[in-house]
Amino acid sequence: MDEARIARRGLSPRLWLAGGWLLLALLAAIFAPLVAPQDPLAQDLMLERLPPFWLDGAEPGYWLGTDSLGRDLLSRLIFGGRIAFIVAFAAATSACLIGSALGLIAGYFGGWADRIISRVVDVWMAFPPVLFAILLVAVLGTGLSSVILAIAIIDWTRFCRVIRAGAMSQARMDYVESARIAGYGRIGIMLREVLPNVLPSVLALLSLEMGIAVIVEAILSFVNLSISTDDPTWGSIIAEGRLSIHQAWWVLVFPLITLILTVLSFSQFGEALKARFDPVLR
Amino acid sequence: MSACLDIRGLSAVLPNGQRVLRSVSLSVQPGEVRALVGESGAGKTMIGKAVLGVLPKSVRVVEGEMLIEGEDLGRLDAKARRTLIGARTALIPQDPLTALNPSRRIASQMTDRLVRILGWSGERADKRIRQLLDEVQIRDPERVLKSYPHELSGGMRQRVLIAAAFAAEPRLIVADEPTTALDVTVQKQILRLIAQLQRDHGTAILFVTHDLGVVAKVSQKVSVLYAGKVVEEAETAQLFAAPQHGYTRALIAATPRYTDPYASLKPVDESVLAGLTAEIAAADKEWRPSHG
Repeated sequence: MDEARIARRGLSPRLWLAGGWLLLALLAAIFAPLVAPQDPLAQDLMLERLPPFWLDGAEPGYWLGTDSLGRDLLSRLIFGGRIAFIVAFAAATSACLIGSALGLIAGYFGGWADRIISRVVDVWMAFPPVLFAILLVAVLGTGLSSVILAIAIIDWTRFCRVIRAGAMSQARMDYVESARIAGYGRIGIMLREVLPNVLPSVLALLSLEMGIAVIVEAILSFVNLSISTDDPTWGSIIAEGRLSIHQAWWVLVFPLITLILTVLSFSQFGEALKARFDPVLR
Repeated sequence: MSACLDIRGLSAVLPNGQRVLRSVSLSVQPGEVRALVGESGAGKTMIGKAVLGVLPKSVRVVEGEMLIEGEDLGRLDAKARRTLIGARTALIPQDPLTALNPSRRIASQMTDRLVRILGWSGERADKRIRQLLDEVQIRDPERVLKSYPHELSGGMRQRVLIAAAFAAEPRLIVADEPTTALDVTVQKQILRLIAQLQRDHGTAILFVTHDLGVVAKVSQKVSVLYAGKVVEEAETAQLFAAPQHGYTRALIAATPRYTDPYASLKPVDESVLAGLTAEIAAADKEWRPSHG
């Protein structure tokens, strides 16, 4: 797309805010060892339940306070972001690839392919997603790759349904018919004529799905079914914070804020991307 | 010399057994414009789609033959048929709004077919489409080629589609109501362009329309279709001068005239339709597909 056109239209504040937060969180996560003020695993019972910096009794270097074992909350959040982002990207991308491919086939080819894929999606969506995830992780065993796999296995249906609907309406378009008359093969038409037009929805959904993956990972951590308990994850910090809510509210509140901001940013970023790249809205 | 398009006794049915085409026969000679005229639902578009091999899945051809330049489409396997149709025919579609892919630039959509299907070099294809854009009187080809479809007006898009249809030098073009979706002022220009390019390139056109005014302007021959049945076939001048069939007469009478538009607006006579319907019902009762 034209650089000039982007410049003229300008970036929406929504894209700026959401993208800015995600970039900040992502950079912090990537460079966690450099950025984090403390070792996220270092316990010090002399420093337990220190409040955040603006309250009395705060210690310098412990900006958001410490938890009941004296570990620095900010550092734990930054390191927790690593797992959150790895899960977000890997799980959402896998779900997207599986779901989009099947959705494209179902929507464009129709007939038997569509009937089979759609029935599978219906059955799949009848499972309560969180219980399904817990069950899958229980079967696959805990660990990063099982969590990613579980999310991909559960959430591909989301992509499948949306892409199928998009591909179906595309398949009826005159330019698809023109391509058939010109003698293109079905796969070629699917990739050249149909796919580019459903891509904006795929992108938006991909971003949304990253947010969802972050939540699911947090839920799994919360019930202690995610990664090993040593590594901080947002979900496990929330789970710990819940226990000391009356003594140290910040241990629960800050990870919640981080989680909410991140998930919200992912969904808003996706919407803004869609508005930007959708050929009709453009 | 064999006809450019020869349709012999083509019948097609819906899944419920209802006939949508009733032993349609028509031919288009090389370089000739044949108008296919009828009301909505008469099966005009269906015939066009059948020729181009893009009938909806629910419509099944049960008898008849279609020959493009003497080659029987029914005797070719699917791949050979696609290749033949792709190389020798093209479509000028009804609605220029949905006939171009919104997410691809005009240039790639136009050259694509020449490069991929006909195996031309990119350079040759590029030169060719610029020449065609000039022929359809697009003044700023650079801008148009770089544009996405939504950046062009309806008339411009239809010009692009006409240029694209003629670019590969097809022998036969199916023009499916190419002016229906356009403003009246643009319609005339587009019709003139199609006629001009048709003469210059000597392309045969099967011109599907419901507009007898258009028929008179562009075609040499006419087939009048009612309920999937050709009720009359004639040279255009002769059809207007001395329509033979009652339905044709009624259709001509229903065309508004500039001199006295309200008085001339007559609906097609009920008795004519009743007669036709009875005739068709009787024929359907006796009809058995010859195969399939």
